[in-house]
Amino acid sequence: MNTTLNDPMDELAPTTSSEPATEKTERFVKPVAPVEIPETASLSVDAATKVCTRNLDFYYGNNQVLFDVSLDIPEKSVTALIGPSGCGKSTFLRTLNRMNDIIEGTRHTGEVLLEGTDIYASEIDVVLLRKRVGMVFQKSTPFPKSIFENIAYGPKVAGLRNKARLAEIVEASLKRAALWDEVKDRLQDSAMALSGGQQQRLCIARTLATNPDVILMDEPASALDPASTARVEDLIFELRKNYTIVIVTHNMQQAARVSQQTAFFFQGILVETGVTKELFTNPVEKQTEDYITGRFG
Amino acid sequence: MSDQELEYARLLKRRHLISSGFEWGCRIATFSALLFLGILLLGVVWQAWGWLDTQYLTSFDSRRPKAAGLLAGLWGTFWLILFTAIFTVPIGVGAAIYLEEYARDSWFTRVIKVNLANLAGVPSIVYGMLGVTAFVRMFGWFSAVDDLRIETYLGFGTLAIPLPLGRCLLAGSCTLSLLILPIVIIASQEALRAVPPSIRHASYALGATKWQTIRHQVLPAATPGISTGIILSLSRAMGETAPLIMIGALTYLAFAPGNLNTPMDGIRDPQLILDAPFDMFTSIPIQIFNWVGQPKSEFQHVAAAGSLVLLVLLVLFNATAIVIRNRAQKRITW
Repeated sequence: MNTTLNDPMDELAPTTSSEPATEKTERFVKPVAPVEIPETASLSVDAATKVCTRNLDFYYGNNQVLFDVSLDIPEKSVTALIGPSGCGKSTFLRTLNRMNDIIEGTRHTGEVLLEGTDIYASEIDVVLLRKRVGMVFQKSTPFPKSIFENIAYGPKVAGLRNKARLAEIVEASLKRAALWDEVKDRLQDSAMALSGGQQQRLCIARTLATNPDVILMDEPASALDPASTARVEDLIFELRKNYTIVIVTHNMQQAARVSQQTAFFFQGILVETGVTKELFTNPVEKQTEDYITGRFG
Repeated sequence: MSDQELEYARLLKRRHLISSGFEWGCRIATFSALLFLGILLLGVVWQAWGWLDTQYLTSFDSRRPKAAGLLAGLWGTFWLILFTAIFTVPIGVGAAIYLEEYARDSWFTRVIKVNLANLAGVPSIVYGMLGVTAFVRMFGWFSAVDDLRIETYLGFGTLAIPLPLGRCLLAGSCTLSLLILPIVIIASQEALRAVPPSIRHASYALGATKWQTIRHQVLPAATPGISTGIILSLSRAMGETAPLIMIGALTYLAFAPGNLNTPMDGIRDPQLILDAPFDMFTSIPIQIFNWVGQPKSEFQHVAAAGSLVLLVLLVLFNATAIVIRNRAQKRITW
């Protein structure tokens, strides 16, 4: 594709140039408040592993952005990926449903296993994989179509034509995403007319409609106001009962509120993983402690 | 006040003067352009007054100015643009989709992209020469056989394609297609590029294939831009004269392509529709060009009437483009 500055894939590429500035500002602005840990921030010990990576290295061209990452993601729980900008957490997230494949010049070594099967194996159909491993993006991306069409898109492209069945899926997905009551009377209206928070919940509902096992969320609430953020967080918290969720977040309060397991990335290295409660109250690594206490970030 | 501040106050006046001077310069540039456009329009309307009537639009050309009409040119232009659109739209949009959505960034695709811009700037007379070689004579491949044609019976008539095409309307359409393809491709590429990548990613993340993503998300969002590009290039093709004259379009023609003089003729005898693309032809700008060169001064009025018709058609065409764009933009806002 074109090599100009506004490369269409830029959005997926790691931020590089603007990083030092943001880091610096964050360091001075961030209040050093203790992170409150709710009781839910722990994990039952018997949770089976849904997704795991083994010695995963990842490269954009010659630029290595992930170093030897091995992480187990337990099923029916929320795993939060935290770390400063450019630490590789978003890249890691996108290796889990092969969204990085879209970018030219990326490669990896190591394995990503979904229920024990390497998703980068040649016999894996990436279209099917992305149906099983759904994704919600930082910026809500409703299609310029009706609310109904947005939700029905996944099942439709998979080949479902039955109108009654589609209507059922749309209703069920919107209910699960706690959006049904707000939109049930205007399913044929454009999704672009919804508020930012509603749009993001629509995107979550749209992902649910494909009936995935795993849902990846890339800073799903970072562009939302506090009230909408709270609603999205409540939703994530509810969804963990049925889905395996991996969420990238900059907000440590959020990580503590919604997740059971937390993984801390720094400069492409998985520094520490643990039950959220443990990691926030009693981090093993000095870097983790510095980050969660706001000494750098 | 210090010396420095006095100096600033003095400079301030000058700065304001330069500022308003620039505004006036731009204003004059705009109005002088409008003035010449107005003079042109007024002149054309003035000259065409009383000459543009039903008789003019329903008669063929004549040696007598009063009897001369634009019918052959109207039909010729209609057929030319119809076939130009049929050839240009799939090839142009297809090429743009390939270049934007599929082609990997390589030495080869970069050469193509750079040269598309160059091709868009090639003078139309050069395309005329290409058209003569490639379509009218077909590189001389069939010169050994006399009067070679491919004939197919289609149920309501026989489609007879002469080889080489010769100086026919279809050769003209092919040439015009080549002429506007680079513009259509570039405009379509820009429209496709304007579709946010996030929409594509969201579609992939829901398990859509590349084709489904293009079909359901990218193309609908890019349609206003693509169709605007197509219509504007077709209106350019409508006004082209030089390449068609090179192809061998006739300047004086007293029949419409295929002898199809009214739409009813085509319904009565569908064979005429199949004959039209391979018939001799003229077009509106060619007829105008012919009349302007006539010694009888009354033909200047006939030519002005033709120009007026062409201008009205172009305005209608471009207005359609604007309507399509506005309608689609209301539907899609990012």
